[in-house]
Amino acid sequence: MNRFAELLDRLAYEPGRNNKLRLLTGYFREVGDPDRGYALAALTGALSFKHAKPALIRDLIAARTDPVLFGLSYDYVGDLSETVALMWPKAQNNSQSFPGHPSPPPSPTRGEGAQRSAALSASTTSLSDFQSEGRTSLSVPSPLVGEGQGGGSRGRDADESPHARNHNNPPPPTLTEVVTTLRTLGKTELPKQLERWLDELDETGRWALLKLVTGALRIGISARLAKTAAAALGDKDPHEVELIWPGLAPPYLDLFAWLEGRAEKPVNRDPAPFRPVMLAHAIEDSDFQSLDPADYIAEWKWDGIRVQAVAGRDDRGHITARLYSRTSEDITGSFPDLVPSLRLPGAIDGELLILREGRVQSFNVLQQRLNRKVVSPKLIKEFPIHLRAYDLLGDDENDLRELPFAERRERLETFVRKLDDPRIDLSPTVAFSSWDALTAARADPASAGAGEDADAVEGVMLKRRDAPYLPGRPKGQWWKWKRDPHIIDAVLMYAQRGHGKRSSYYSDYTFGVWTAGEGGDELVPVGKAYFGFTDEELLQIDRFVRRNTTEKFGPVRHVVHEGDKGLVLEVAFEGLQRSPRHKSGVAMRFPRISRLRWDKPPREADRLETLERMLKAEAAEIEM
Amino acid sequence: MTGELEALASYMTTMRPQDILLPVAAGLCCKPGGFHIDPVRPVERAVITHGHSDHARAGHGAVLATQETLDMMRLRYGENFAGSTQAINYGEEIRLGDVCVKFHPAGHVLGSAQIAVTCKDTCIVASGDYKDAPDPTCTPFELVPCDVFITEATFGLPVFRHGDASDEVNKLLASVTLFPERAHLVGAYSLGKAQRVIALLRAAGYDAPIYLHGAMEKITEYYQSRGIDLGELRPVKGVKKAALAGTITLAPPSATSDLWTRRFPDPVTAFASGWMRVRARARQRGIELPLVISDHADWDGLTATIAATGAGEIWVTHGQEDALVHWCQSRGLRAQPLDLVGYGDEEESETPATDEAEA
Repeated sequence: MNRFAELLDRLAYEPGRNNKLRLLTGYFREVGDPDRGYALAALTGALSFKHAKPALIRDLIAARTDPVLFGLSYDYVGDLSETVALMWPKAQNNSQSFPGHPSPPPSPTRGEGAQRSAALSASTTSLSDFQSEGRTSLSVPSPLVGEGQGGGSRGRDADESPHARNHNNPPPPTLTEVVTTLRTLGKTELPKQLERWLDELDETGRWALLKLVTGALRIGISARLAKTAAAALGDKDPHEVELIWPGLAPPYLDLFAWLEGRAEKPVNRDPAPFRPVMLAHAIEDSDFQSLDPADYIAEWKWDGIRVQAVAGRDDRGHITARLYSRTSEDITGSFPDLVPSLRLPGAIDGELLILREGRVQSFNVLQQRLNRKVVSPKLIKEFPIHLRAYDLLGDDENDLRELPFAERRERLETFVRKLDDPRIDLSPTVAFSSWDALTAARADPASAGAGEDADAVEGVMLKRRDAPYLPGRPKGQWWKWKRDPHIIDAVLMYAQRGHGKRSSYYSDYTFGVWTAGEGGDELVPVGKAYFGFTDEELLQIDRFVRRNTTEKFGPVRHVVHEGDKGLVLEVAFEGLQRSPRHKSGVAMRFPRISRLRWDKPPREADRLETLERMLKAEAAEIEM
Repeated sequence: MTGELEALASYMTTMRPQDILLPVAAGLCCKPGGFHIDPVRPVERAVITHGHSDHARAGHGAVLATQETLDMMRLRYGENFAGSTQAINYGEEIRLGDVCVKFHPAGHVLGSAQIAVTCKDTCIVASGDYKDAPDPTCTPFELVPCDVFITEATFGLPVFRHGDASDEVNKLLASVTLFPERAHLVGAYSLGKAQRVIALLRAAGYDAPIYLHGAMEKITEYYQSRGIDLGELRPVKGVKKAALAGTITLAPPSATSDLWTRRFPDPVTAFASGWMRVRARARQRGIELPLVISDHADWDGLTATIAATGAGEIWVTHGQEDALVHWCQSRGLRAQPLDLVGYGDEEESETPATDEAEA
């Protein structure tokens, strides 16, 4: 458990994706079965046990500590699990640290110990005590082991009695012990068990344990990243892991055996597995010269959620249907109204949309159906879900992914016809003979076939007729040609340092537009952006920020923004929404810096009214 | 003035502790001895616990401190940092006015001392900053039995438990092994912390050259001149970016998030501080590798020391006074927060002159 805790701890601070992968893969390599499998399960959200409530954790700490000290500590730390992990007092150590009668010299405490242990000899001897962890491959005495101190006692204590720490302390639990125990533990036994573990683990171990049992890891690792790291253990393509994943279960012994070359690849027995998604490259103007219109089929790019809708027969012939996000997340539970429509075995690649009276609604409308804890009948009625099909990856038992797109498209048409369901329709193709014709269609989807749904068109997709369905973003097969974004000129107001590689740069920008205030026009913040600029532009903005800071609030710099002094940023964004959380009342979707307008004085930047007009146009749609 | 006080002192049979030491605007004032301890404003006679800038300031008339503390003040403020100076050894006793002053090791940084002030039969120990954990770069903390113990409270909350510093250094070394193509940048206060981290790295068997930010060269050389073995150290200035892959560089904390870091290949930013125990503090600073290494006593250290001094009265200064005062009171000790201003966490306040032009 301590080794797993150490991994989580390090991951929580590491901003870089590649470095996260290195840490994860290193862990999978170093730690044996079944611990690493349960770790993978924890990171992919595949563990299932009843989570402990924060109130239980509070009760545990209240029984051990002074309430005033806990209150002050909690206020300072701000996170319950962390506070408890840090201040959890060891039952045994207590009597040692606080001598009952404050008798003067010779000191029974560390004062004296410190005198003697100046040479730091404790550190080397203590390493041998850590081997109680559930690790099978301890051949390399990794320096990482240092953190995972078992007994919770410290070097200076250890110095006085080097072997004291394990005398009465049982070894800390392994991750496997924790997970398997939690799965079977009754509710009433949980507090005692947690208390035992908290006594056995070190600070980081306790923190990880509490995060795990309360079900709130939140360390910025997606399931996808964890699987990618596991795949790297065997130099496998992460898509291969993704393919077999639905058929696997913790602690994934068969998966690791295959990754380490000790066994055959596990077979996915899931009747409705996820298939790795094919993605498109954004097309640039210069790309068109080398492309022949005859090689491509065009279709609308709908502004919804890309999904994979899979149905398959299990051993007994019953249909299982699942809806996956493009990152393989199972989102079936959020869209129960679509499940009955998935009654033919097959795998559709399509877009999830809201249709009202046959009309596709904007993304803003769809968004109101997302991330709801409870999918109520009212929600289902008001936001009727719809699947618009782009592609067919499987037809009954047949895997179609090797077929050329043109052929899959024909199969899709037949499939959708056979399905004959009002909730599922075919995304129409856009006829064109030249790039000019397609340019015209993209500029005016309404007259090019999208009709009344034109507002929900985000651009066009170009797919090579002969392209097989390949995982990832293969070159030259699929192109997306998005509608031009909205553009405004805004003024840089605040800048904040970035993270990781960017930690020495002011790379997060808050920008604002003008609005009438009490004392004349003033800037009101309308959004934040931290990408879109080139490396060279980043240097320029960074320099500007440093030279034009008027105030500092912690990591945030207040940058000069007046009518004739300041920096105008051209901001591109995809859409606008009303937002009570923002002072300006609007929130942008996907804002990024598209250009630096050194030439423009701030007073000529856009006004809030411009955004409000755009908002009205979108709002009209939502309320109907 | 002094005559009056002497008369007053002899008149009273027992002195109240606050008649011996009293917090005033300039710092902790000892009227019967005619001096201030760690004064934050220029005074006639100053007795100084250690060389950190919030305790050791320039401009006093006369300064009494350990040789190391005086040397550090000289390094920082120049030759004329005080009117006159007097060095005192650990264990040495000096009579000042009506009091006796004795210096004891505080284990905080090189030359750091606790100051025991005895008047009649009342002994007050002003411990300055102290730690009871092992540190190869300074004389270990010594427990001084007393009647009144003045303790710092920088880490005066039970969430601060610093653990074994060598484990933290192992964490750093593991990261260097895992990311050999990246530079490791360790933020550490330049007086004391930096040298301790280097010594810990050496003790852990790391024998490659360690690189230093310009702001810590002088003080580190001073440590070496006092016989503390720190192995091969190199200034980082002028070293090619590629050559810094896989190396460890120590820098003042404020430098690790600034322009200066651009000379390093994809740096891993570490920070050696007791504050790193709390995640939010580490994240706020953009630290990737927090190293819980402190020059101050942690909660267990503070409480164990307080209990062991045998003092019946505890004065708590700079830091989280509330929690420590509460702890003392719950154990039947008289305790009060001492209203002293001007002391703080040196790590937060250190702003070395980072040369932007160098970047």
